[in-house]
Amino acid sequence: MTRASARMRFIGDVMRALDQKLLRDLWRIKGQAGAIALVVAVGVLLLVMMSGMISSLEETRTTYYERYRLADVFAPVTRAPKKMLDRLAEIPGVDAVEGRIQGGALVDIARQDLPVRAQVVSLPEWREPRLNGVYLAEGQMPQAGRNDEVLILRSFAKAHDLALGDRLAATMHGNRRDFRVVGIAQAPEFLFNVPAGEFVPDDNRFAVLWMNEEALEAAFDLKGAFNEALLSLERGAQVEPVLTAVDALLARYGGLGAYGVADQMSNRFLSEEIKGLNATSKAVPPIFMGVAAFLLYIVISRMVQAEREQIGLIKAFGYTDVEVALHYVKLVIVIALAGALLGCLGGVWSGRLLAGVYQSLYHFPFLVFRVEPSSFAAGILVSVLAAIVGGASVLRRVFALTPAVAMRPPAPADFSRSGAISNSLKRWLDQPSRMVLRRVMRNPGRVFGAVIGIAAGMGLSSAQLSVMSGFNDVLDKTYGVVDRSDVAVTFFEQMPEKTAFDLAHLPGVIEVEPTRAVSAVLRHGPEHYRGGITGLVPGAKLSRALDKEGADIEMPTRGIVLAKALADILKVQPGGTITVEVLEGRRPVLELHVARIADTLLGAPAYMQLEALNTAMNEPGRISGAYMRVDAAAYPALFAALKDVPKVAGVTRKDDARAAMKKLMDAGAGTMRFVMAAIAGIITFGIVYNSARISFGEQSRDLASLRVMGFSQSEASFILLGELALVVMLAIPVGVLIGYGLSFLVAAGFSTDLYQIPTEFKADAYGVAGLAVVLAALVSGWLVKREIGRVDLVATLKTRE
Amino acid sequence: MAKDDTSTLPTFRTRGLTKVYGEGAAAVHALRGVDLTIPKGEMVVLLGPSGSGKSTLLNIIGGLDRASDGDAFFQDQNLSEMNDRALTLYRRDHVGFVFQFYNLMPSLTARENVELVTEIADDPMEVEEALRLVGLGERMDHFPAQMSGGEQQRVAIARAIAKNPTVLFCDEPTGALDSTTGRQVLHVINDINRKLGATVMIVTHAAATAQMAHRVIHFADGAIREVVENDTRLSPDEIHW
Repeated sequence: MTRASARMRFIGDVMRALDQKLLRDLWRIKGQAGAIALVVAVGVLLLVMMSGMISSLEETRTTYYERYRLADVFAPVTRAPKKMLDRLAEIPGVDAVEGRIQGGALVDIARQDLPVRAQVVSLPEWREPRLNGVYLAEGQMPQAGRNDEVLILRSFAKAHDLALGDRLAATMHGNRRDFRVVGIAQAPEFLFNVPAGEFVPDDNRFAVLWMNEEALEAAFDLKGAFNEALLSLERGAQVEPVLTAVDALLARYGGLGAYGVADQMSNRFLSEEIKGLNATSKAVPPIFMGVAAFLLYIVISRMVQAEREQIGLIKAFGYTDVEVALHYVKLVIVIALAGALLGCLGGVWSGRLLAGVYQSLYHFPFLVFRVEPSSFAAGILVSVLAAIVGGASVLRRVFALTPAVAMRPPAPADFSRSGAISNSLKRWLDQPSRMVLRRVMRNPGRVFGAVIGIAAGMGLSSAQLSVMSGFNDVLDKTYGVVDRSDVAVTFFEQMPEKTAFDLAHLPGVIEVEPTRAVSAVLRHGPEHYRGGITGLVPGAKLSRALDKEGADIEMPTRGIVLAKALADILKVQPGGTITVEVLEGRRPVLELHVARIADTLLGAPAYMQLEALNTAMNEPGRISGAYMRVDAAAYPALFAALKDVPKVAGVTRKDDARAAMKKLMDAGAGTMRFVMAAIAGIITFGIVYNSARISFGEQSRDLASLRVMGFSQSEASFILLGELALVVMLAIPVGVLIGYGLSFLVAAGFSTDLYQIPTEFKADAYGVAGLAVVLAALVSGWLVKREIGRVDLVATLKTRE
Repeated sequence: MAKDDTSTLPTFRTRGLTKVYGEGAAAVHALRGVDLTIPKGEMVVLLGPSGSGKSTLLNIIGGLDRASDGDAFFQDQNLSEMNDRALTLYRRDHVGFVFQFYNLMPSLTARENVELVTEIADDPMEVEEALRLVGLGERMDHFPAQMSGGEQQRVAIARAIAKNPTVLFCDEPTGALDSTTGRQVLHVINDINRKLGATVMIVTHAAATAQMAHRVIHFADGAIREVVENDTRLSPDEIHW
């Protein structure tokens, strides 16, 4: 055997011995290692789950949109002849064009008192639609010439137990017709089915009926014409120029303004969701990784400190610094990898659960949760990085230890420099409290790290919870304060004001308030928003515009009142002037000065006085709908009567909207509260348990001495747990501050022009998160206190540190 | 627990005191039925090789450990029948301990280390007095890291006596000290026995220490081999190490 190979063998043997030590060390600190691995695991779980969810949603969306040829541009128009489709197809960048008829209908289901507002969409006869195809889940397409055959939206069919062969009646344009369900379908344009003006999907009250073009031509009196053009673009084509060209072509046919798929309602909700997931997946896992790095740092520091003699000995045997350092690096990496592995598995598992939720919320015909290999790689990489960051500073200490120094016992911890407590403070502190305080003062970095770590976890949870409770405020404010009506009725077209008086005579109606909505594009400088203007009667009581203090805004005779969200989009202040291009009637272009800003949480409405709006439209005395206060006992009679009122396009019972939202909130709220509390709890547990174990390791002699002197177990535990109690007490207010700050970011992230989340201090949110922190701290304290009870007093005191 | 009305009783009496660690074939008999009486106010030295049972005895009558069998009376109270709480109170009110490695709280000054005890004791002496008794009146506000080994051990003794203990246990009190410092420490212990009337029990390997005791108990194999009462006691200065 050569000397070199003998040396290699020797090194090999010792390395094996070190690996043995590694395993034993891991087993010895299994509680701490487990707590850290758990923190890593939650971080990786969230990363894998969210990035997996994002890519699954995006991929599913792309595939679904492509397979069923969802249009890139939607161009609603009042009535355009079919020959215009050829003109549209000539626009540069346009790939395919389809014209169709779509409109509103009231669906009457035998089992339901309230008619459901539905969207009807035409299907070309004899061929597949070129754009916006449908996925036929059951049954068949309506046959050419069979104008009483319809496809219905699958979610609606499920909600109402409708099956193939069932019959239903639909009122379109005042004409009631009977239909037979021949197919049940889904479509990429109806993924997230939100009734108009609401922001929570309600399968009960969102219906889509597809039928033959001929049937709709007759119903809407659009023979040889279409009222919506769909366009797909060539790859790489710009949307904006096409929109301009389409608007120019369709203007004389009553074009209502073309918009891209990005503004399509269902797609927008999905995009917002993906955006939110994206933001969360970038913001949350780093907090866990930071905490894990900190924990690995304090645990390994302590270990190197306690094992300095062994390190010296191993070095004396001839190990290099690198070999010894590698041993400790391996330890942290093993812990991080175990956490990462657990996180990857948990991420896939929870991702599958979440995918189920998404599939039922967004009506995808398929949604396969799939994690990109890169997400796993990212999860593992950040874990290992966190471990190395946590372990790196420790390596310096391993390097610095020379065998001779390491073999000598460390000098007693010197508190002479950090231990100054003023005399005035001393009077209030007994000796155990001074011990706690001096340790804190001696290790400010460690205490700071622990406080920030716990506070970050708590802040994260409380911010999310507080925003969730903000959603509830939207609900209460919108349905309890802003809108005080019971039932809202909309008409197919403008009706004379006296229609409101007719409504007042229907059974159970206590009060009627007419309103008018016109669609419009609002512009201010380069900003614009496609929305509408709502005309309110003076002194409106049922549907109101409110200012920040919740007081009624009296509609000015001139000028316009904008919702806060709209004013933000248009970047306009009160006193500014905006341009309003009305998309109905004689299509006036109005210059209006912004009179007030309304504090509205739902949508981005603009308000005018009804009469002023009618004057501007040059259509005096017209209304498009009405809000009503109704005696609840008379609902059945009222709805029966409304089914027979012609021109009624929709009837909304406010309780339904509120109930749909409440249901969604309640379903999510419990889980959300639990998940968020768990996040705060796991971080706190990781930090408190590890800090406690380390304090315990460092102070076991002190604890034993106290016990010998006649301190009871609880009194002795105080010097250990007092420090942690202090950390937790400091962390909670810091956590509240972090949470409050974060809640603005989260609320801003969640808010869109569809709805705004108010940011207020939500005591309950901070309470839940704080409680989770306290509980986790108590559990960790209890676990460590149990170990104090097991200390062999005599053995501890007779050995030197 | 009252300290006064038991003045005539011996400090400790043990009957058939037995301590077994482990079970079956691996069982180690640390004490094999020890019968012993320690009169009040004596200075007693326990001698014997490692593992002979002297420390085990000290731990049991000091309320740190429990006997497997037999009784150990402190005055008229049977320590074997006490629960953890009662043992804690016993240590708090009656017992002072001094260990080889001082076991001071590094985060407290000398004065504060002593206050740690006086804060919870029934009838403690003044902290300054305790530190003066061990000759450390000047260095009261120093932290352990700023003191020599001998000084640290004297603080440990001050801490042990500040409660006015009925009995002071010293387990190898000079084991980590050089001879001069060790002698100083023995002086202090001697003074305390004399001035405070506390019963003092010292476990040591240093046979010479026995010459300053009233009574010397020799241990071997978990049993008392011999008890010697010294007719004349030497002062620490006269002892040759």
